[in-house]
Amino acid sequence: MLTPEEVAHVARLARLELAPDALDLMGRQLTAVLGHIDMLNAVDTSAVSPTAQVFDLRDVLRPDQARPPFPPELMLANAPSVSDGLFKVPAVLEAAGDGS
Amino acid sequence: MTAPSDLAFLSLHEAQTLLARGAVSSLDLTEACLECIAAADPAIHAFLTVTADLARTQARASDVRRAVGTLRGPLDGIPMSLKDMLLTEGIATTAGSRILEGFVPPYNGTVVQRLLDAGAVLLGKVNQDEFAMGSSTETSAFGPTGNPWDTTRVPGGSSGGSAAAVAAGMGYFSLGTDTGGSIRQPAALCGIAGLKPTYGRVSRFGVIAFASSLDQIGPLARSVADLAPVLGVIAGLDPLDSTSQPVPVPDYAAAFTPDLRGLRVGVPREYILDRLPPAIGAAIQAAVAQFQTLGATLHEVSLPYSEYALAAYYIIAPAEASANLARYDGVKYGLRVGSMGRGADSAGADLMSRTRGAGFGSEVQRRIMLGTYGLSSGYYDAYYKKAQQVRTLVAQDFAQAFERVDILLGPTTPTTAFCVGEVSDPLQMYLMDVYTIPANLAGICGLSIPCGFADGLPIGLHLQARPFAEPTLLRAGYAYEQATDWHLRRPDPAVKHKA
Repeated sequence: MLTPEEVAHVARLARLELAPDALDLMGRQLTAVLGHIDMLNAVDTSAVSPTAQVFDLRDVLRPDQARPPFPPELMLANAPSVSDGLFKVPAVLEAAGDGS
Repeated sequence: MTAPSDLAFLSLHEAQTLLARGAVSSLDLTEACLECIAAADPAIHAFLTVTADLARTQARASDVRRAVGTLRGPLDGIPMSLKDMLLTEGIATTAGSRILEGFVPPYNGTVVQRLLDAGAVLLGKVNQDEFAMGSSTETSAFGPTGNPWDTTRVPGGSSGGSAAAVAAGMGYFSLGTDTGGSIRQPAALCGIAGLKPTYGRVSRFGVIAFASSLDQIGPLARSVADLAPVLGVIAGLDPLDSTSQPVPVPDYAAAFTPDLRGLRVGVPREYILDRLPPAIGAAIQAAVAQFQTLGATLHEVSLPYSEYALAAYYIIAPAEASANLARYDGVKYGLRVGSMGRGADSAGADLMSRTRGAGFGSEVQRRIMLGTYGLSSGYYDAYYKKAQQVRTLVAQDFAQAFERVDILLGPTTPTTAFCVGEVSDPLQMYLMDVYTIPANLAGICGLSIPCGFADGLPIGLHLQARPFAEPTLLRAGYAYEQATDWHLRRPDPAVKHKA
């Protein structure tokens, strides 16, 4: 059973703000699904290598040639907030001389 | 004079023949499909966006090409729909999520561009489970889609809008995406054909990512014969997707044969048919017998690790999703919730968390949480690595089975279409994909075709083949189709509709 603290920790890692009752339901549902997943422990995988993807893929290379980019205004057209041709986000650092 | 509803249900071959004879125009076909949408979609709700004006413009352009002799191939002038997971330049694309409401892509996905270049006519964008996470289309933020055979029931999912649209005559084909069964399961529940190609067969560039090592785009249509030309257009290497494979694209219809002499088929011992609902088990048994009548030989095969595939999938797919969906941060596009106030050192994280808390539905949040947990410190080896090791065993099962047979046969789904709201427990919903998930883990190709009915609801036959054996898969489906008439049945437009 996932503890409420574990559920809150995972929600923080996942950057999901959930209401307290949603966290509680989430904890119970995740516990049920993980209970099913625990059947994997019955499989002996000690000599099995993991598969991340199905083909034996190699690095795919292409010539490093400049190509016309998308126009900046098109790339910004879907942004919720823009300023001077840039994505606008909350300040994460205090500007110098801002005090505090 | 043919009624619009009859035009809308033509096979691709019939439509092409009538177009070639000049008996109909692409605009006639397009208007017939738009009339079907106007008549049936208020009850079905397959479409999130109808692009009627664009469709008419594209259809007229196709008719001009036909008149001057510059046709672009078998799909020129053929109306289609696209799952809202596929980026369409200038046309809203939501992935069924509030977090992308109002998002207008600046470019077309590779498959979209290829279909438009081939002259196909876009009727609109169709509904789906949010970010393709679901098996019923009920997790769409824009409301559920009804099954054309009974609109009180789900069409399956996540490509439920695609399957319902095609089954109801609202387009000759649609593209869906399949990460664990999302093309095959709705095709089964709506009584049509749906193909999940081999991983790497079709470019994923410009499809909204769910689980990148499992996602694959594929066609849904009313027959296997209609799937073949669509796959021929969308398949093949794409420099913009480094996982697309440099395997030549054959003429899929050229492999079609009326019989199946020389084909080796097997029903995995683990698919215990008498544990299925009796009507489904009987339909699958009858289909296997039909394959033998067509000349295929039946062989014993076993997939001993298939019972672990679902558990491994529900670590791997959510883990990849938790990384892919990190991009929805309230900054670059889509929804933003939260203040822009400066000063608090957690302002950026708050904005992201609030946006994601409000913008994602509960199933998407559940999968992000599950994936984050499985990748988190202290649990990585126990869950993620373990699941990847089991994935190896699931893939080896198939490789061994395909040494003995060319095609694996079985049910696509454990039930027929269930009622809207009937399955509320997440784990119970996950089990709807128990037969389709292993193919995604192994990267092989799979096809669902109609093989019977139970209480008026379609039953799907699941065919699986080794990587890049789509010609074999489609040949098998085509021959079965020629010997049966399940794919010719249509939902009665007057069937049970809610309210």
